[in-house]
Amino acid sequence: MIECKNIVKTYKNDSGEIVVLKDLTFSIKDGEFIAITGPSGSGKSTLMHILGALDTPTSGEYLLDGKNIADFSDDELADIRNKKIGFVFQSFNLLARSTVLRNVMLPLVYAEIPKQERETIARLALKSAGLDEKHYNNLSNQLSGGQMQRVAIARALVNNPTLILADEPTGNLDTKTGEIVLKTFETLNREQHHTIILITHEKEVAEHADRIIFIRDGVITDDYKTKK
Amino acid sequence: MKFLDLFEEIYSALLANKARSGLTILGIVIGIGSVIAMIAIGQGSQSSIESSIQSLGSNLLLITPGAQRGMGVQVSQGRGSSQTLTKDDAEAISSLSSVLAVSPEVSGRYQVTAKGTNTNTTINGVVSAYPTVRNVEVETGNFITDQNVKSMSKVAVIGPSVRDDLFGEDVDSSGVIGQTIRIKSINFTIVGITKEKGGSGFNNQDDVIYIPITVSQQYLTGGNYVSTIAVQASSQEEMTVLQTDITTLLLDRHNVSTADFSIMNQADIVATASSVTNTFTMLLGSVAGISLVVGGIGIMNMMLTTVTERTREIGLRKAIGAKRKDINFQFLGEAIMLTFTGGIIGIILGCLVSFVAYQFFSLATQVSTFSVVLSFGVSGAIGIIFGYYPANRASKLNPIEALRYE
Ligand SMILES: Nc1ncnc2c1ncn2[C@@H]1O[C@H](COP(=O)(O)OP(=O)(O)OP(=O)(O)O)[C@@H](O)[C@H]1O
Ligand SMILES: [Mg+2]
Repeated sequence: MIECKNIVKTYKNDSGEIVVLKDLTFSIKDGEFIAITGPSGSGKSTLMHILGALDTPTSGEYLLDGKNIADFSDDELADIRNKKIGFVFQSFNLLARSTVLRNVMLPLVYAEIPKQERETIARLALKSAGLDEKHYNNLSNQLSGGQMQRVAIARALVNNPTLILADEPTGNLDTKTGEIVLKTFETLNREQHHTIILITHEKEVAEHADRIIFIRDGVITDDYKTKK
Repeated sequence: MKFLDLFEEIYSALLANKARSGLTILGIVIGIGSVIAMIAIGQGSQSSIESSIQSLGSNLLLITPGAQRGMGVQVSQGRGSSQTLTKDDAEAISSLSSVLAVSPEVSGRYQVTAKGTNTNTTINGVVSAYPTVRNVEVETGNFITDQNVKSMSKVAVIGPSVRDDLFGEDVDSSGVIGQTIRIKSINFTIVGITKEKGGSGFNNQDDVIYIPITVSQQYLTGGNYVSTIAVQASSQEEMTVLQTDITTLLLDRHNVSTADFSIMNQADIVATASSVTNTFTMLLGSVAGISLVVGGIGIMNMMLTTVTERTREIGLRKAIGAKRKDINFQFLGEAIMLTFTGGIIGIILGCLVSFVAYQFFSLATQVSTFSVVLSFGVSGAIGIIFGYYPANRASKLNPIEALRYE
């Protein structure tokens, strides 16, 4: 359960303050499959960082499962991110000098999963992200953009999070691979009731979700259920 | 995060940057290695100086004719130049309390011949107490006896260098006993050969011939004069008191107010020599210590660069669940691993240098456990101290800012 109450996020830069998120109030129930969409620069990634407990709002309250994020310490937040949340960053953020498998296993290392189990879990995650097995031992900076994206998705799925935050997860993928990834998300949502928040600016991608939130200049301009 | 995983992260991070890790380790290797080698060389020369002074005899007071000069450390050439000490002085000293033995000696350099070979060496007129006082051992035969001194027997005990010079390097020692040597056209029968002692330069105790002091005074030097009186005190503590007693006694006997003799106290010589070598060791050690600190700064520099370079990585790790201590331990661990590797290689290198110095430059080096423990401790401390700041900085980074870092 996610509740945002009057979330404001401002950034300071040389020319003063810019307000990126302006008084956002909305809630997301457990098991929802949501797409957040909007033009470039509208504040989607900023919102995702707040929803993922990576960043804190300048003002307003963010409650995750009924608890105010502001009340947690750094380490408690790290634990929440590790156990509950899976991120797919817009810029992937893979460890360049590590292999694909190592990248995907990293959240499991911090979750203290026994070493023998890690590889099995990581291989499963990579499979559902649609990466060809022959790349598993490549260094991640030797991959194409689309391949990196699938590694990033696998890493987000690997710790079996109840909340998946995916920032443009299909942005670098061809339609066919994109469909595979979206199917994976759908399956996770349908069968395991994981909450999925998908950020995209493609209408067709957004339509896979049950609900679409539309943001423009840091304000929610539309919030509706899709027909299916 | 489990320890083994932490170790693997550290290990692979260091391997990913081999050249930089290697150079940083090198800084520590040089630091630790030089601390160990320098302390080993310093302590080695200290103990070799001390033992060569001790090998002259223990609890020794050396009385020589002529006024005191400077610190009381006289060069041997000065000895015997004036004639103020006599054998009677020696006898008087032997009746003082806390005197263990007295050895009056008269020495000079003479030409010695034997069976066509000849050599120029020190002839030392001695009494039977000489071996005890001067820490000399006889290897073959006997030393000069009281009877020899009393009856003025023309017998000689020769040092191993003299034996080699006169009879050749590979002569059988027992065959030399009973042979005759000529000093100043007087025949002496060899009755003993002393054990090799080593020593070098003006202080070669193997290149010497001992004859009864009475014979020496009668035929070589003339008169009742002696060139040295060596006095062995019964214990180290008595030496200062004994020195004053002897001074009073001799001033009285010579009937003078300022001393016409000088007394060297062995303890003083040892103390002076070891304070010199101590300073020397400390100097070497501190130079090496500075290079250790420089090595430590190298580690800090590398860690700060690493933290800056890997800011995005730190952000990512935090985003997917790394706690502060995980990041802290990872970077601290990298620093400690660098110093430990450097420390171990440095210790090996330091021992190797000491060994080479011992083998090829005959410096009596001693690698002390103290210096190994010290430098190992120091290297660990350097890792922690110089790694702590960068590691702590990394652990406090805000994940999202770190992820945006370029
Ligand atoms: N650290 C920052 N400092 C200053 N301004 C920032 C910072 N991060 C984001 N912004 C600004 O906030 C606004 C929203 O950025 P955000 O990344 O959330 O956009 P977005 O909706 O994800 O866009 P896109 O679809 O292109 O990814 C942008 O105008 C950006 O310039
Ligand atoms: Mg974005």
